[in-house]
Order: sequence, then structure tokens, then C-alpha cells
Amino acid sequence: MAVASLAAVEVEYPGRGKALGPFDLALEEGEIVALVGPSGCGKSTALRLLAGLEQPTRGNVTRTPGRGETSVVFQSPNLMPWASALANVALPLELDGVDKAEARRQAADALARVGLAGAAAAKPAQLSGGMAMRVSLARALVTEPKLLLLDEPFAALDEITRRDLAADIHLLWDETRPAVIFVTHNVEEAVYMASRVVVMSASPGRTFNVVRTDPVLPRPAHFRTTLEFRSAAEAISRDLAASMGRDA
Amino acid sequence: MNRAVVDIAAPLVLIAVLLAGWEAACRIMEIPSYFLPAPSEIAKAAVNSAPILFMSAWNTLFMALKALAVASVLACGVALVVALNRTLEKAVQPLAVALQVTPVIAIAPQVVIWAGLAHPERAIVALAVIVAFFPIFSGALTGLKATDPDLERLFDLYGATRRQRLWRLRIPSSVPFVLEGHKVAGGLAVIGAVVAEFVAGSGGAQGLAWRILESSNRLQTARTFAAVIVLAIMGALLHAALRYAEQAILKRLRGR
Repeated sequence: MAVASLAAVEVEYPGRGKALGPFDLALEEGEIVALVGPSGCGKSTALRLLAGLEQPTRGNVTRTPGRGETSVVFQSPNLMPWASALANVALPLELDGVDKAEARRQAADALARVGLAGAAAAKPAQLSGGMAMRVSLARALVTEPKLLLLDEPFAALDEITRRDLAADIHLLWDETRPAVIFVTHNVEEAVYMASRVVVMSASPGRTFNVVRTDPVLPRPAHFRTTLEFRSAAEAISRDLAASMGRDA
Repeated sequence: MNRAVVDIAAPLVLIAVLLAGWEAACRIMEIPSYFLPAPSEIAKAAVNSAPILFMSAWNTLFMALKALAVASVLACGVALVVALNRTLEKAVQPLAVALQVTPVIAIAPQVVIWAGLAHPERAIVALAVIVAFFPIFSGALTGLKATDPDLERLFDLYGATRRQRLWRLRIPSSVPFVLEGHKVAGGLAVIGAVVAEFVAGSGGAQGLAWRILESSNRLQTARTFAAVIVLAIMGALLHAALRYAEQAILKRLRGR
């Protein structure tokens, strides 16, 4: 059964025309799906529809997880600059009415799981970009979501940090196996992260092609050097180029 | 030479040159002291009346600080109420602007009468509150409305209530703006207090403005200058203290 789905959704902004659709997407339990596409094709819009942060102009959004069971990691860490890492992670629980001491305890656990047990008291300005992103990830995981939406979470990070974080996200995902949507414009990241990659066409975004990649998650070490990885990445690159009306 | 040393020395050298020119001009042209006292005479007057000038400065400063405290509570309170209701904000905005653009000197005489001629200190605090109100109010209101849209979305996602959004997002977001407002308001509160002292024009409130009035009426021009200088130094120190407090609070808030 699908955890969340978009059925023939279209999004139009007044004065700016159509941004997305018609677009279909169904996300199965425990699945990681990547959305790739050219800038402005509506990838993030699709994600916001699934998060319930936006409503479609036409079409249907269904989602079995409730409000507290859906988490989003945004492009920037999006932390409250005045609050400690621990308080930032505890926020979703506290907003949900969880007792403060209990919320802080669970937040400390979540921080430890992303490898930041020592940074609980640090303010966001004292963290590196990668650490801030990990705090943001801990905040998304602290509610044990059934649906995890990742909106280009690596966009602002350097290559080494991206790779570490990608591997860690898989390990964390493996603990509870939520359904994940991973939005990116980086083809290799999409192949690494997801077992199904949806290639979108230029704005207004529609499904151009769907590429199935190696279903084994988390990825083994050296996955990036395998033939499967390379051929999937090349197939998607060709699709992307074709979706923009260019030769690969 | 070290950049920092130059930065500190440059204004000092300029002031020294100007003072030397002033002193020389007064002596060479034999300008009478009541018309323009030489810097040395001003210094002498300042030393001779140091205790009384210090007391007067303290009176004025105390009034200004009282006014700042009252304005702070009032302005933050009104901004909070107004930020929660768009209609109320539209209603209050023109009044707040009118209050800001009306010169305090124009309403001072009436306020002095309302406060009662026997209580000039009440009028002084009230007038200083009026001028200090606006920068804090507008800073707080701007801050309460200037929340990061990404954080707003996060609060949407977690279904935050209006109350949670106010306490956990809007109020903390407004702190830097509120502090900036206080810094501006501090200087204005001193100006408001001095203007009110001038209008009250009695010995009932022995602030620096009264010393200025008193000594210029007696043609003790050197003492007038000394009082003005003390006033300027006091204003600068208050501004520096508020700026220091602002930076210290922000540092504590953001961790650096």
C-alpha cells in the first residue's frame, strides 16, 4: 500500500503559470525514491505537496502518515539561531505537547544517533555546515516519521561531507525504514540514495522516465565504483538531457 | 604604524589641533569670555563645578533611564498586541507615526502643565517616554513580523499553534530588532529629558539643561560649555553602554 501519493496533481501560481504537472507519484512503504530534474521543474513543489505545506491546483494528494509522522529536511539546515542544537531537535516533540524533559531526552538520543552527542549545547552559529545539517536530520528523525522528505539536503555541503552524510542517512533510515523522497539535481546522488529515480521534465514538471537502480540499501562500500552505479547514472544523465531537449 | 593605533589617534589629534586653534584665537583676538570662552577657561569651569555638574548629569541620566524603562515596557507591549492583529496594526500605525514626527518641544509646555508645575520630573519622564517609544515600538513590530519564512514553514509542518508560534518563533526572532530599537531610544530619551528640562525651566528638576539655562542667564559661558560637554559625554557613554549590552545579549543568544 502506498504511504503517500500524488495523482495527476497540477500546481499553478497566479501570474507565473503552471509549475508542476500533471504529475503522478506513489511511494511504497520503506522505499527511497529520488526526484531529479532541471532547476525549476517543480521537484520541491512536489515535495511540499507531500508535506502538506502546499495544496495542488488540481489533482489529489493522499498521505497515510499524520502530521507528526511526516518530517522534512530542507535545503538549508533551517535551525533556530537562538536555540541550542538540543532545543532545535526537541522542537517537533515540544510543539506536539511532549513533556519538556522527555522531549529533551529523546532529542539527546537523536543527536547521538547522528554523531553529535557532544554538540548538544552548541548554537547553530557554532556548528559547521555539515554538523548543522546533521542537527536538522536529527530533528527530522526525532519524531520517528513514517514519511521523510529530503529537499536537496546536500546542496550546500562539500563533496566529502555529502558522501559521509549520504551513507549515514542510509544507516539511520535502516533503523526504522520510513518511506523517503529525496529531491536533488545531482544524478550520482540520486542513484546512490534511491532504488527508484524519477526523472522529471523541464517546467511544468512531468514524469519523463523512471529508472530502477540497485535495490540493495544501504549501499555497500565502493558502490560508486560499480558498473551498475555508472550505467544507471549515465542512463539518468541521458534522460535528463533529453528531457531538456538536448543530446546527451 | 599599527592600524588600530592610527584609528584611535586620528580623532584625538584632530580634536587637539582644533582646541589649540580655538585657544590661540581667543587669546590673540582677546575675545571676551562671556562671548566665547577659551578651552582652558571651560576646563577650569568644568573642574570648579565638577560636583554640581556630575549631580545634574546623574539627575538627567536617571530621568532618561526611567523613561527608557517605561518606554520599553509600553512599546514592546503595544507592538506585541498590534502584531497579533492586522486591523489593529493598521489602526495604530498612523498614530504612532504622528507621535514620532511631532517635535517633542511642541507638546512639552502642555505636558509640563498636565504634570503639575510642582512636579517637573513627571513631565520630563513623560516627554522622554514619548520620544523613546517609537524606535522601540517600530523595532519590535518589524522584528515580530520578520521571521524567517523557512522557519515559518517548519512550524507549519509541525502544526504549531498561534501561541507556540508567538513564543517560540516570533518573539525570539524579534530580539535583535528590539535591541537595536533600545540603542536608538537611549539617545533620544536623553534628548527628550533635556528638552523637557528646558521647557520646565525651573530649579525643581536640577538636570543638566537647568545648569545650562542657569549659567547662560548669568553669562557664565564657560560653565555653559562645560555643561554641554558633560551632556555630550553622558550621551556617548549611554550609547556605548547600550551598544555593549546589545552585543553581549546577541552573543549570548547566538553563541558567538
